[in-house]
Amino acid sequence: MKSSVITFPGSNCDRDMDVALKKFGFKNKMVWHNDAELPKSDLIVLPGGFSYGDYLRCGSMASKSKIMKSVINFANSGGMVMGICNGFQILVETGLVPGVLLRNKYLEFICKNIFVKINNKTNRYFNNIKNNVLEFHIAHNEGNYFCTQDQLKEIEDNDQVAINYCDKNGKVEEHFNPNGSIKNIAGIFNKEKNVLGMMPHPERMIDNCLSGEDGSIFFNNLINNLK
Amino acid sequence: MIVNEQVAIDHGLKKDEYAKICELLKRTPNITELGIFSAMWNEHCSYKSSRLHLKKLPTKGKKVIQGPGENAGVIDIEDNDAIVFKIESHNHPSFIEPYQGAATGVGGIMRDVFTMGARPIANLNSIHFGSPQHKKTKNLLRGVVHGIGGYGNCMGVPTVAGQTSFDSSYNGNILVNAMTLGLVKKDKIFYSKAAGLDKPVIYVGSKTGRDGIHGASMASASFDDKIEEKKPTVQVGDPFTEKLLLEACLELMAGDSIIAIQDMGAAGLTSSSIEMASKGNLGIEINLNKVPCRESKMTPYEIMLSESQERMLIVLENGKEKQAKKIFDKWNLDFAVIGKTTNSKKIQLYFDEEMVADIPVNTLVENSPMYDRKWKKAKLPKKNKIKKEELKNFKIIDVLKKILANPNICSKEWIWQQYDHTVMGDTIQKPGGDAGVVRVHGTNKAVAASVDSSAVYCWAHPLTGGKQVVCESFRNLIAVGAKPIAITNCLNFGSPENEENMGEFVECVQGIGEASEYLKFPVVSGNVSFYNQTKDEGIKPTPAIGGVGLIKDYNKMITMDFKEINNVVLVIGKTEGHLDQTLFARNILDEKNGPPPEINLFNEKNNGETLLKLIESNLIKSAHDVSLGGIVTAVAKMCIKGKKGINLNKPKYLINEMEYFFGEDQGRYIIEVGKKDLKKVTDILNKNAVHFDELGTINENELYIDDKTKVTIDELISSNTKWLSDYMSN
Repeated sequence: MKSSVITFPGSNCDRDMDVALKKFGFKNKMVWHNDAELPKSDLIVLPGGFSYGDYLRCGSMASKSKIMKSVINFANSGGMVMGICNGFQILVETGLVPGVLLRNKYLEFICKNIFVKINNKTNRYFNNIKNNVLEFHIAHNEGNYFCTQDQLKEIEDNDQVAINYCDKNGKVEEHFNPNGSIKNIAGIFNKEKNVLGMMPHPERMIDNCLSGEDGSIFFNNLINNLK
Repeated sequence: MIVNEQVAIDHGLKKDEYAKICELLKRTPNITELGIFSAMWNEHCSYKSSRLHLKKLPTKGKKVIQGPGENAGVIDIEDNDAIVFKIESHNHPSFIEPYQGAATGVGGIMRDVFTMGARPIANLNSIHFGSPQHKKTKNLLRGVVHGIGGYGNCMGVPTVAGQTSFDSSYNGNILVNAMTLGLVKKDKIFYSKAAGLDKPVIYVGSKTGRDGIHGASMASASFDDKIEEKKPTVQVGDPFTEKLLLEACLELMAGDSIIAIQDMGAAGLTSSSIEMASKGNLGIEINLNKVPCRESKMTPYEIMLSESQERMLIVLENGKEKQAKKIFDKWNLDFAVIGKTTNSKKIQLYFDEEMVADIPVNTLVENSPMYDRKWKKAKLPKKNKIKKEELKNFKIIDVLKKILANPNICSKEWIWQQYDHTVMGDTIQKPGGDAGVVRVHGTNKAVAASVDSSAVYCWAHPLTGGKQVVCESFRNLIAVGAKPIAITNCLNFGSPENEENMGEFVECVQGIGEASEYLKFPVVSGNVSFYNQTKDEGIKPTPAIGGVGLIKDYNKMITMDFKEINNVVLVIGKTEGHLDQTLFARNILDEKNGPPPEINLFNEKNNGETLLKLIESNLIKSAHDVSLGGIVTAVAKMCIKGKKGINLNKPKYLINEMEYFFGEDQGRYIIEVGKKDLKKVTDILNKNAVHFDELGTINENELYIDDKTKVTIDELISSNTKWLSDYMSN
């Protein structure tokens, strides 16, 4: 399986994602934001970080960079595109997934382990995964997902919510929401479910001696689904 | 502007210093030259009050590749890998403008590290605030934490450990010390020594603006009522540009075009160009019209003294300019050839085709003032006679809960959760333990780092305090299973012109020197910050020690959480029950006098090295050093982390229970041992003449001493975790 990770100026989880993808069997290439063409890929990843410093709305500058035209075309033709953290912010700025990401409710950066409940398994990201709940890790300042009531209805009607913040037993309640996101949303799909944006970093959970290993479950499952 | 003695005094120079400048130049300096002298001769850049004493610190060792004098120290961690590290203060700017002050402190120290070719892999910090009740404390704390996070998070370097304290002596002068570790191949270390004639001098990074002018001079003076006016001397950070600068520099460093490289930190273009020339015994000629400026009509004076961030100065090999420029173009950074090396041994500046400065380099460096300041030796205070009857009025559990909720002991999760501590995917011990630990990417090795200070002990007796901080750093590394290698120090003191403050400095440095010599734990880098005072009110002497150690196999790393029910818990090291200057004495008994606990370097070394042997033999399940709050506080923290309890034995020998449980005798660790390994462990301890007491066994969920003296771990957790978040949300 071939993957590509896009490096924007200010990306800082690009290497971590490269390490994770390779660990689970992807042949990964790093792609520079100023390139025009994507290498042949089964999966494109927009990594975390602070693209262009996030001095405007997070992700807005990166969403206009040269490579993104190809990424958008790739997504629109059904290609798998995953945006993590800043990558999620870039995805909402391109409009590939609906909604926006606001500043965290308590106005502070949060770095910690959280649990997410998988809401939809009929897609190539979560299909066949045995767990209903995964322990992931978040590290962000703007992860407070928001959309209009009309958008929310559409998202829910199309079953586009990918994961929700929850407790270790899968209970989705406001109390377990780290950033104030609407309906505890931690990640969403586009309508076709080939584009996934999420705040948590599975690439930081790939080794027992790191924050945990549930990222390994995710990546192992992902590569098997793509085969 | 005509330069005279008054202008020099306004620049922070003394009368005799100005006279010396005129004598060295054999003429009156012009305003640009005077600015350069004031920047190079201030305390912050010249170390004029401290140089004499710093020379006495042990700086060499088998593992030391580079000691003090470069951008940062470098140590060998085998297999051609080396760690570059340093700690630096950003106290004054952080008090004036906490967010930017702290942010640029973090940015500055990371630049020091990657200037040497190393990719930063871990950040740490030591931050000290005034009393929680002081009106400024909350905002300063919030600003500093946001600033540290804002910069480090954006750079993508994990903040893995730190220290936060509160004490009213910091009411008018907070401390913000930032430390960075970087990883480099031993044969790819870059230095700041220029070499060769007619080599191009290159400016890269951000443009030069009017921010931070005279920042270093501001940091070399006490605060007064007009502190708000000093805001323009604080630099403004741009972590995004620094991230680009990091990647561009490392890309350029992969080749062989760099002769010397130096970041523009304190005193900006002035100190960077002069240091490179001085180390290479060369001259440098700069055309200031070529310096990329953010604002129009900047004068030579402003260009030379600006402390705009995220800038580097490089001496390149001839003919490599194009290739280098391509890299900086790719990263959208300014790149300008601004001058060349010469054999004049002078710093010569041109602006609008006129020479605006012409100063022999040695007058700025070797001939800079050095003072043997008067200092007062501190007496060892007499021991307090705390009455045993008085101690009987206290209940262990009540005191323990109070101590766990004390601002200097309580959980600092509110702080470190705002720092990205897991980016780079190698953090194997997060903040909240004895030391932060990161793997050396792609290897079985890991590096542990900790930062410590004990202002109360240093204040009570500077010599003992100085030793103690080094020992505590040593212990924190050993407690995670790392072999201590070297330290960096950030020496935060009041005014060197005050004999008592100067005495504190001299004796703390002596203590640091003695301990690091004995423990073979040399000082490889550091920084001095004097004038931490508002008007005449100085801070408690606060040397911060950043220690670095190596874990050869990271699977052997130890954490402090209790692991398994029925395992046995021991305390290593002798408990004498020293109460003076302890958290218990100061905060519960309200007794502020007396000497700090004594340091026995033989025991420190022997206890530590023996524990390391036990860890290497896989005999230790968890470990934690005993520090503030004594045995019971250390044990309680291990319970909290592991969500387990302990049946705690009472002392078997004569001393009082309160002294036993809350005394802060040094050289001690708490360790957890499996029942089947107990004999092996005690045999090794006995063989090495290490004193130990059996403290008890681990249980499910209760700290239990007797039926009247017990508490659930949940209750301890709530005492420990609530204070800071409650304080910050009110």
